[in-house]
Amino acid sequence: MADFDVPVLKEYPVIPVIQPGSMAHLSPFKSKPDHNTGIGFPGELVDDWHDKAIAKIGDMVKNSRALQVFLDICVKCGACTDKCHYYLGTSDPKNMPVARQDLLRKVYRRHYTFAGKFFGALGIPGFVGAADLTKEVLDDWYTYFHQCSQCRRCSVFCPYGIDTAEISMAAREIMDTIGIGSKYNNEIIVKAHKIGNNLGLPEPALVNTMEGLEEDVKDETGIDVKFPVDVKGADVLLITPSADFFAEPHIDGLIGYAKVFHQAGISWTLSSYASEAANFSMFIGSGDNLKKQAMRIRDAAIDLGVKRIVAGECGHAWRVAYNFWNTLIGPFDFLDPNYPIPQHICELTHDLIARGALKIDKEANDHRIITFHDSCNVSRASRMGNIPGGQFSIPRDIIKSVANNFHDMAPETIHENTFCCGGGGGLLTDDLVELRVKGAMPRMEALKHVIDDHGVNYLTAICAICKSQFSKVLPYYDFPMDMIGSLHQLVSTAIQLGEKD
Amino acid sequence: MSSVTMLYAVLLYVAFAVLLIGVVRKIVIYARTPQPLKIPTTPAPVTKAGVAWRIAKEVTVFESLFKSSKWTWIFGWMFHLSLLLAFFRHLRYALSPESFIWPIINLELVQALGKYAGFAMVVGLLGLIGRRIFVDRVRYITSPSDHLMLLLIIGIATTGLLMTFVERIDVIMLKSFLLSLVYFDWNNIQAMPTDTILMIHLGLVITLMFIFPISKLLHAPGVFFSPTRNQVDNPREHRHIQGWTADDSATSKPV
Ligand code: SF4
Ligand code: SF4
Repeated sequence: MADFDVPVLKEYPVIPVIQPGSMAHLSPFKSKPDHNTGIGFPGELVDDWHDKAIAKIGDMVKNSRALQVFLDICVKCGACTDKCHYYLGTSDPKNMPVARQDLLRKVYRRHYTFAGKFFGALGIPGFVGAADLTKEVLDDWYTYFHQCSQCRRCSVFCPYGIDTAEISMAAREIMDTIGIGSKYNNEIIVKAHKIGNNLGLPEPALVNTMEGLEEDVKDETGIDVKFPVDVKGADVLLITPSADFFAEPHIDGLIGYAKVFHQAGISWTLSSYASEAANFSMFIGSGDNLKKQAMRIRDAAIDLGVKRIVAGECGHAWRVAYNFWNTLIGPFDFLDPNYPIPQHICELTHDLIARGALKIDKEANDHRIITFHDSCNVSRASRMGNIPGGQFSIPRDIIKSVANNFHDMAPETIHENTFCCGGGGGLLTDDLVELRVKGAMPRMEALKHVIDDHGVNYLTAICAICKSQFSKVLPYYDFPMDMIGSLHQLVSTAIQLGEKD
Repeated sequence: MSSVTMLYAVLLYVAFAVLLIGVVRKIVIYARTPQPLKIPTTPAPVTKAGVAWRIAKEVTVFESLFKSSKWTWIFGWMFHLSLLLAFFRHLRYALSPESFIWPIINLELVQALGKYAGFAMVVGLLGLIGRRIFVDRVRYITSPSDHLMLLLIIGIATTGLLMTFVERIDVIMLKSFLLSLVYFDWNNIQAMPTDTILMIHLGLVITLMFIFPISKLLHAPGVFFSPTRNQVDNPREHRHIQGWTADDSATSKPV
């Protein structure tokens, strides 16, 4: 099935012995010139890339306290070395978080610290962990900063909270600045800027798809559940990842949201102009593009005159929405302050269930034995509800109120300790399948245990990337590809539309 | 004044100035550098008091390190705690007899613990070096300077222990030398004892002071400025704008 060795799942997690260079062969396709220029970067590698990259580092540390502090203070304690799923799955030491950071840090040290300049001048920069920026270093950057899913697991365990995600975002921004970008990310961002979603799905196609869904749900339930697009004056603008519009298993989640809105009597709409929750500009660390992408949502909300914005199931998108929207596209003085701005679809459903506003038949999910995968960006980069950790309890509460059989995976693999699906951070591309399969190993190992112990047959996720990634990698580990599903698919199954109407 | 006294007096002043200016400069840079976006590692406290508690736990019991690596935690914590105790014990060289801190320093507990802390410090440091040598992952990320810094502090600790337990030096004389420096009593600088072991001890300390502001030892002030740890988790309630998110004309927009 694969032209590489799929990791063997073990009884107990084992920290591998380092195998230098074991993943040096794998990097994503580089972007074409117009994908770079389309998002404000030079089309190809500029002649003075060396000086420009170094100048950019200096510029960036002045503008980001995270970067400045993280590059200075790592003590090389090694506490993070066994925390990255890519290291655990590939044994390549450059996938250890600190070693990944060091790829950038050594150049920063060489040019922006006294120690690095001094020993650099003596010809022994390596003595203090500094190094010159060479073509080889640049290649390493491209390779290994695209073997980081920016999942932040390392930052949980670092005594100083050093977040490799920040470093890899910065490194990708530096590379874009000198004309090297990854095709997958940059192409998608161009599409999102032009059309409003990652798929490049224009308005007529979106409307068409939603009409199709209305028919499907009508056939299945006999109820007229609406999937409105561009409805002015609706209460809620739903911003959801475009994968929800027709990827499997995402679409069943979208049907779930629609049923929830329907039964709660909430008027809602999608926007054809802002038809994407995902914001891949975060993955490439580009503030300009991040803001530009997000701005479509503000514009759409004002244009449609909605009172609330609700975000669909997506991990990094929720991070952008929860943590960045207010900063980038706020203040939201035009929205109803009585609701969280923005609100996660899980917060909304959770609330409705708590208020008894949904008619639920838990037995409808009895054929499913369910576990829940905490998505990185929801777990470690955002929150739901009013208390820290709401992002863990709210989705689980929902599952337990719509289904009877739920089993968590091992505690060291859930909540803030969760293992990435292996496909986050702009790596969800076919050119990186080997990395994605290997990086999924720790999650698969934990999954195997609940399958063996409890017969779990449904892996719930609340992230479009996680869902696509699991569909792809589950078969490599001999698990059924269709065991991955949306949280709102469970809601969709249990909700009893007819009875209350 | 002997040339040894002269040399050490000058070096101590210069080293202390470098340490002070270097660290203050870095603190100012950390404090002034904007953090444009909210990036606390969640679950994170939702109040400022909660953040203070989170950081207090990080710097006292090394909470995150405890979660990640028990061995590194044991050795690291042992070392840092011993350092604190040794620091207390050394205060007597820098405080006038009237200082209000004396009752604390004179506490038998502080003196006794401080006296033996040196051993714990060496054990902790040897443990940390051992990890750098024997754990392949840690060996991979270690530079020569990482080893040397540990060796330097081991050198300081062992020479200190030797002076306490083996080759006692004239503490009264040392104290009057150092106090004359601390009080800028330049017309009347007292002679420094010239025991070799003391000269090595002080020489290593001086080296450490020079290295501190230009090395990873900046983790000491830096940890307080780490945005993943010191930001309050309240982005929906409070609009956070800083740096380029406050001023769109900034040239660089790192996330
Ligand atoms: S845990 Fe933090 S300080 Fe330790 S090596 Fe990793 S990044 Fe550096
Ligand atoms: S952010 Fe995640 S993928 Fe990146 S180095 Fe850290 S643990 Fe690995």
